[in-house]
Amino acid sequence: MMLIHCPYCDEKRPEIEFAYAGEAHIVRPNAAEQQAMDDVEWSKFMFIRDNKRGEHCERWWHANGCNMYFNAVRNTVTDKFIKSYKIGQKRPSAAQIQKWKDQANG
Amino acid sequence: MKFSARSLFANALSGHENWPEQFPNKEPKKEYDVVIVGAGGHGLGAAYYLASKYGITNVAVVEKGWLGGGNTGRNTTIIRSNYLFDESARIYDHALDLWDGLSQELNYNVMYSKRGVLMLAHNVHDVQSFKRHVHANRLNGVDNVWLSPEECQKIVPFLDISQNRRYPVMGGAFQQRGGVARHDSVAWGYARGASKLGVDIIQNCKVIGIRRGADGAVEGVETEKGFIGAKKIGVSTAGNSSVLMEMAGLRFPLESYPLQALVSEPVKPIVPCVIMSNAVHAYISQSDKGELVIGAGTDQYTSYSQRGALHIVEHTIMSICEIFPIFRRMRMLRNWGGIVDVTPDRSPILGKTPVQGLYVNCGWGTGGFKATPGAADMLAYTIAHDAPHKINAPYNLDRFVGGRLIDEAAAAAVAH
Ligand SMILES: Cc1cc2nc3c(=O)[nH]c(=O)nc-3n(C[C@H](O)[C@H](O)[C@H](O)COP(=O)(O)OP(=O)(O)OC[C@H]3O[C@@H](n4cnc5c(N)ncnc54)[C@H](O)[C@@H]3O)c2cc1C
Ligand SMILES: [Zn+2]
Repeated sequence: MMLIHCPYCDEKRPEIEFAYAGEAHIVRPNAAEQQAMDDVEWSKFMFIRDNKRGEHCERWWHANGCNMYFNAVRNTVTDKFIKSYKIGQKRPSAAQIQKWKDQANG
Repeated sequence: MKFSARSLFANALSGHENWPEQFPNKEPKKEYDVVIVGAGGHGLGAAYYLASKYGITNVAVVEKGWLGGGNTGRNTTIIRSNYLFDESARIYDHALDLWDGLSQELNYNVMYSKRGVLMLAHNVHDVQSFKRHVHANRLNGVDNVWLSPEECQKIVPFLDISQNRRYPVMGGAFQQRGGVARHDSVAWGYARGASKLGVDIIQNCKVIGIRRGADGAVEGVETEKGFIGAKKIGVSTAGNSSVLMEMAGLRFPLESYPLQALVSEPVKPIVPCVIMSNAVHAYISQSDKGELVIGAGTDQYTSYSQRGALHIVEHTIMSICEIFPIFRRMRMLRNWGGIVDVTPDRSPILGKTPVQGLYVNCGWGTGGFKATPGAADMLAYTIAHDAPHKINAPYNLDRFVGGRLIDEAAAAAVAH
């Protein structure tokens, strides 16, 4: 079982307190944008997901804790979390992720 | 070399030390007519059918690890075809038809055992949905019957059918043609059969790129052992399919999750068929060695780690003990995980891709072992004809744009 850091509780808690909520940073189109979207764009929004071997930005929900959603970068090969961050923070750049990794390795 | 009673006897006399190699390990040639990526049952089977049915023998199967080391060698081997939709009935039943004669055809015992698959109903919703499945199956010519609790118990004597339990058995759906097969033998049998027909099987050779020409069509694969040319590439890499598709610049509607299974210590024969309980999420069968074979659920997050979390296994064991208290004292010997590629509608993607010369067979997720011969045949057909067969035509990528989903996810509401 993974230990996951919730950026709101600022605590590492066992995975069973959390629910995985899919790829992060997928912006739901607003009403006007939806009107303008064709089937291919809808399909991308609905069904196409990053399914990366490596560092993956994803949403988690601290369902049995503070009840907040947050985002995290995790390596999908080692299942190691690199960093959790609050909703509203932008998708981290590759350079930012590298910096976090360097910090973690001290 | 042909397996027969005589060859078995003769080799027994020499202590089984003189059996010839079953499938040689080849180094890649410069070019093939077709390269199949992934030596699981599906990929090896596709190579075998390309050579045996469709007359294309200049074929290589390229595998990053050892053949059969992916989900083919990690699954709980449940075979059935009692899915809800017409498209599913056709492809899974096609697979069952091929399973039937497979050992004879390959001269290799894949141990397909039609011991039946019993799906237990525990609540009114189960009863209604299973009966609907039974009716839909009968319209499609798929054998599946509804059984009363007493009839279920006739098949599984240790089943507790008292109605005051937390999850009473209110009946069950039974498919007699369902059952299990020996997973490794399926991979080995197809590998041996394909090798004999001239197919090269190249292990320990990871594909790291797909080369495309100026017109966009494929030219071959970049591998750890160098470039291998091919005008047609069939990708059958299960959990790693997104990675392979990305090499060709394609993004697919797939997510990869860990799925686990476990086996117990071996005991005398007790479980006569495959027993599934969707509502409680427990499924169990017994291997010919005597181990109880138990399938767990997927982890909640995407991963390529080939292992899952222990609490998932714990939950599975709790479900097994709830439904079958007789197994409470059994000790579990091993558990492991595989990475399954899941589509939004839980049906596979099998056919052509937007890239000329690139064919794909993926998205079988938690339930593609049963389809192995059928999927392999359809992939081979599609590659040979550069067009899908009518059985796999509905499993195109475009359904996620046009909306013609084959929504077995909603029909089963569980992993299947
Ligand atoms: C625990 C578990 C239980 C299951 N139970 C059942 C069940 O009871 N019934 C059922 O029907 N199905 C079941 N399944 C699903 C089933 O195992 C799969 O759907 C099926 O085996 C897929 O076969 P395959 O040949 O496509 O994939 P695999 O056997 O996984 O073959 C894919 C191959 O591609 C190779 N590969 C990947 N990337 C590369 C690369 N870059 N270069 C070269 N090679 C590469 C892999 O190493 C692998 O050998 C289960 C799966 C798991 C994990
Ligand atoms: Zn929290």
